[in-house]
Amino acid sequence: MPQSGAEGKKRFVLLASQFQQLFDALKRLGYQIIAPTLLDGAIVYERVESVNELPVGFSDEQRAGVYRLKRRGDRAFFGYAVGPRSWKHYLYPPRQRLWQAKRDGDGGFRVIPEQEQTPRYAFVGVRACELAAIAIQDKVFLNGQYRDEYYQRRRESALLIAVNCAYPAGNCFCSSVGTGPRVREGFDLAITEVLNGKSHLLVIEVGSERGAAVLEGVDVQIATEEQWQQAQQAVDSATRRILKRLDTTDLKELLYRHLDSPHWEAVAKRCLTCSNCTMVCPTCFCHTVEDITNLQGTVAERWRRWDSCFHIDFSYIHGSPVRVSEASRYRQWITHKLASWQDQFGMLGCVGCGRCITWCPVGIDITEEIRALRRSEEGRVAPTVPKEESDANT
Amino acid sequence: MARTTKPNLAVWKFASCDGCQLSLLDCEEELLEVAGAVEIAYFLEASRATVKGPYDISLVEGSITTPHDAERIHQVRRASRFLITIGACATAGGIQALRNFKDVREFISLVYASPQYIQTLSKSTPIRDHVFVDYELRGCPVNKHQLLEVINALLNERKPNIAAHSVCSECKRQGIVCVMVAQGTPCLGPVTHAGCGAICPAYGRGCYGCFGPKETPNTSSLSKRWKQMGVKEDDLIRAYRSFNADSEPFRRESESHER
Repeated sequence: MPQSGAEGKKRFVLLASQFQQLFDALKRLGYQIIAPTLLDGAIVYERVESVNELPVGFSDEQRAGVYRLKRRGDRAFFGYAVGPRSWKHYLYPPRQRLWQAKRDGDGGFRVIPEQEQTPRYAFVGVRACELAAIAIQDKVFLNGQYRDEYYQRRRESALLIAVNCAYPAGNCFCSSVGTGPRVREGFDLAITEVLNGKSHLLVIEVGSERGAAVLEGVDVQIATEEQWQQAQQAVDSATRRILKRLDTTDLKELLYRHLDSPHWEAVAKRCLTCSNCTMVCPTCFCHTVEDITNLQGTVAERWRRWDSCFHIDFSYIHGSPVRVSEASRYRQWITHKLASWQDQFGMLGCVGCGRCITWCPVGIDITEEIRALRRSEEGRVAPTVPKEESDANT
Repeated sequence: MARTTKPNLAVWKFASCDGCQLSLLDCEEELLEVAGAVEIAYFLEASRATVKGPYDISLVEGSITTPHDAERIHQVRRASRFLITIGACATAGGIQALRNFKDVREFISLVYASPQYIQTLSKSTPIRDHVFVDYELRGCPVNKHQLLEVINALLNERKPNIAAHSVCSECKRQGIVCVMVAQGTPCLGPVTHAGCGAICPAYGRGCYGCFGPKETPNTSSLSKRWKQMGVKEDDLIRAYRSFNADSEPFRRESESHER
């Protein structure tokens, strides 16, 4: 890596043909690379070894309840938006053992803390909305009196290589919630792919010393002003292509005004309470703990697994669940995400990635539901069923 | 359950294919552990040697389809401290509950040369319609890990970790890509009880609903989506009418497409 200019700008450029050098550098430093790759008709974050495993030349088409891969006709590494799996799958795994207990001979037991070999991940291709989601989960798991050591160990070991979005999908609305599409902070390296005719470059910004260390031994050059401007244009064009909007004005108050809205019953007619939205959401952090034993009852283990406010057991307290109706469960989810999250953590719980819209099997759209609530206040008849669906009814 | 004496276990078969009992034999290594923790007193699929009741734990497979079985299940109940029903037949009437939608006498006359010798009930019904059931384990067949978990929980006096939520939760936790959203494959996962480990979606197929309805299944919304995806009414009826055809939410949904 050459020394960056006297002006201190840490901007480099790497030829696309030499991208594998970056992967090799990560492996030399002992990182497990997790990056987008093709899996069963979608682009999913998985362990990869080579840039050839990236979804080169693929894009995605996303609508409410629909995801389809498309061929792009070029060799872009990052020409798509986010898929069903978020990085929380690795930082906060779906199922994780917390500790064990073993009986000792004299009627007591001893607790054995979990001694996981913390995986050292390098995430390649973290989008701006996802950096925001990780920052939210940091706040959930690492702030205040009760720190989650399991999350903390994985998080502190992980290297984040961000990618600026150039091709947002139909359900992206990061620009409405101020998280993207431009990567601004919280990364170790940030890549912008520039693909103009024959020139295929990766413009790389350094965000940390750990990030800089990765570039040692990679044939990067200092980015020229022109290359930097080309990278800026790529992101600017992404911003223009984001068409979905969520009006965040007064959002908390709006939802609190609608706790008893008949609209929740209308959503419940469509909602499957299947929990897909919460599972794909990069900020949803709810889990349950399960205690298991061996058959002899001499060893017990406590496991944490992803749970969801759409599950009845989730609100089970003292004799019965609190949120039995489907309407109350959908209301809980959207109200927490967009309103009470603000009271709890001082920020929105939504980063505008659109996953909950795409991966809802019946295509319930969080932005449409907010729009329906707003319309109901305008004195007009609230169209509680989105147009596409009411057409399908007839 | 007191651990001073080894509890004994019985396995009973009613109208069924034996697949759920086989899940217990499938446990292989774990079966030896089970045999260490309980006395397997009555399990004809495994051994002709039987021990007289009463039994601490009875696993009941199969549905009630004959007058004789309707009597016999009461004997099993009387002889059992804990009665656990296993599988779609025992918990929902099974595939043979398809008779519940038709006149069974017509089948008998078509299938048997001398129908006068056949004594059968007009409906195939789950065990809980006849006797009190302590725990129901779903599936066609049951999942062996869940079966072990129920036995384990009972022996250790704890709650079994058996969730009543959707197959979708299992899919997502395992990182399986949704076949419905990504490939347009109709899938019953959003209305189906978890427990199988999302076997079919893991192999790119839609869920067939072997574990029956989940808690609060919204079958009408899912059916509407299936129709948007091009599924015909007849195929919708067939989808809901399989191993759990007579479970109330699936029966109601299939009947709503007959009109």
